[in-house]
Amino acid sequence: MTTRMVFSGFGGQGVLTLGQIIATIAMNQGKEVTWMPSYGPEMRGGTANCAVIVSDGPIGSPQVLVDIDVLCALNKPSIDKFLPKVRPGGMVLYNSSLITDALPRSDVDSVAVDATNIASAMGNLRVQNMVMIAGFLKATDLFSINEVKATLQDKFASNPSLLDINLAAIQQGM
Amino acid sequence: MKVLMKGNEAVSEAAIRAGCKAFFGYPITPQNEIPEYMSQKMEASGGCFVQAESEVAAINMIYGAATTGTRVMTSSSSPGIALKQEGISFMCAADLPCLIVSVSRSGPGLAGILPSQGDYFQATRGGGNGDYFIPVYAPNGVQEATDFVQKAFDVAEKYRTPVMVLVDGMLGQMMEPVEFKKPVINEYDKSWVVGARSGRERNVINSLNLLPESLEQTNITRFRKYDEIIANETLFESTVADGDEVAVVAYGTPARIAVNSIEELRADGIKAGLIRPITLWPFPEAAFAKLPASVKHIVVVELSQGQMVQDVKLAVGGRLPVHFYGRCGGMVFESSEIAGQVKKIVRGE
Repeated sequence: MTTRMVFSGFGGQGVLTLGQIIATIAMNQGKEVTWMPSYGPEMRGGTANCAVIVSDGPIGSPQVLVDIDVLCALNKPSIDKFLPKVRPGGMVLYNSSLITDALPRSDVDSVAVDATNIASAMGNLRVQNMVMIAGFLKATDLFSINEVKATLQDKFASNPSLLDINLAAIQQGM
Repeated sequence: MKVLMKGNEAVSEAAIRAGCKAFFGYPITPQNEIPEYMSQKMEASGGCFVQAESEVAAINMIYGAATTGTRVMTSSSSPGIALKQEGISFMCAADLPCLIVSVSRSGPGLAGILPSQGDYFQATRGGGNGDYFIPVYAPNGVQEATDFVQKAFDVAEKYRTPVMVLVDGMLGQMMEPVEFKKPVINEYDKSWVVGARSGRERNVINSLNLLPESLEQTNITRFRKYDEIIANETLFESTVADGDEVAVVAYGTPARIAVNSIEELRADGIKAGLIRPITLWPFPEAAFAKLPASVKHIVVVELSQGQMVQDVKLAVGGRLPVHFYGRCGGMVFESSEIAGQVKKIVRGE
């Protein structure tokens, strides 16, 4: 079983970090993973995306250019760019705070997460990527909330107050 | 325990664990995470980090530190490696060990920062003057990159030569789980080093030799060392099996893309296998010596306009047609693109 994912949004929305967290969870499950960022001459406010592949076996190419299984889109340009590349029957998790139009494809599943608004209401826009994890928990069986918690505990071991903020963000998105 | 790390950061950590005590470098994308990591970690590990004023200065600092028998390392990317070539030639002439990590971007010139394999000639033929070669490892993932960094220090000291680990920008930037193995640290003769001496003869390390008889002998002796490296250190991987019609040849990250292409071809009824050179110098000619009689085509794929393909042609010696497909400029082929090219070749289109 192989899952090919793309995380995309504005620079600063935390899509690269989100991809890393999902990849780390999968690694901790004993899976093979690759995380591949777009690394152009880019800047905050520009576009950013990364490709994550999770597999039970060795992974060939780390690129995800076509046949996306899961697209996690945090802004409108990400939908324009990557929605056409989602495979029929694939899953689209999208930030409905910034993507307000209906998705122009009926052959994919989708889950809306009001990520930017929820993060804004919490007074911390930086956790909008974490709110999107709620979408994964709702729409996929890639990992459980306990697996997310275990990985975040490691990640924020040196600063437990950040752990609480991030877990609260996920909870708000559920 | 496995940790998720970027290629650039993983090779840095691997070097520190292998006992690298000096890093000299100069920033250039897409390898900046290496000097960044070293600047944070080197001092705490009892080593030395200097951001040099240029690549030329950095390689000469490496030369200086290597003369003391210290494990030394530098890293750079394409145009930066070009600037280091003079120093690499001088280090070969002085028989000095070091590790050079080259994270290649597109060229020629300053060009772009996206992945490319246009530095195959730069790595295997060098741009420095004189008769010399350096061993070049081309890992295909983050784990292999860390393993070869550790191996490179050992090979460098064993044969007293600079050794290069060559990756493309994709491998430098991507993250994969990595497990750091316990580095093999062998004790080699260090009677040649310079520095504070207690009772031993004075050593001089220099690349200047104005006596032709002596210089010729020195160069011949060095090529005997190269013969040993060729005999002992050449590495490749091959999945070409009896019944395969096509041998696809690729190194580094493109070899992983080719693995997917081969799966796609098999699904379409075309049997193909992969030959992956792991050392680029010495080039694994043996991989092409005993190919099954079923192989009718060799297809070389590179992120360049065709460089390794020349070594493949030399190794094949005209026995089979050698085809080439490449992308360049930072464009990376998709697996289906390679599969499509192979299908055309097999069908004689």
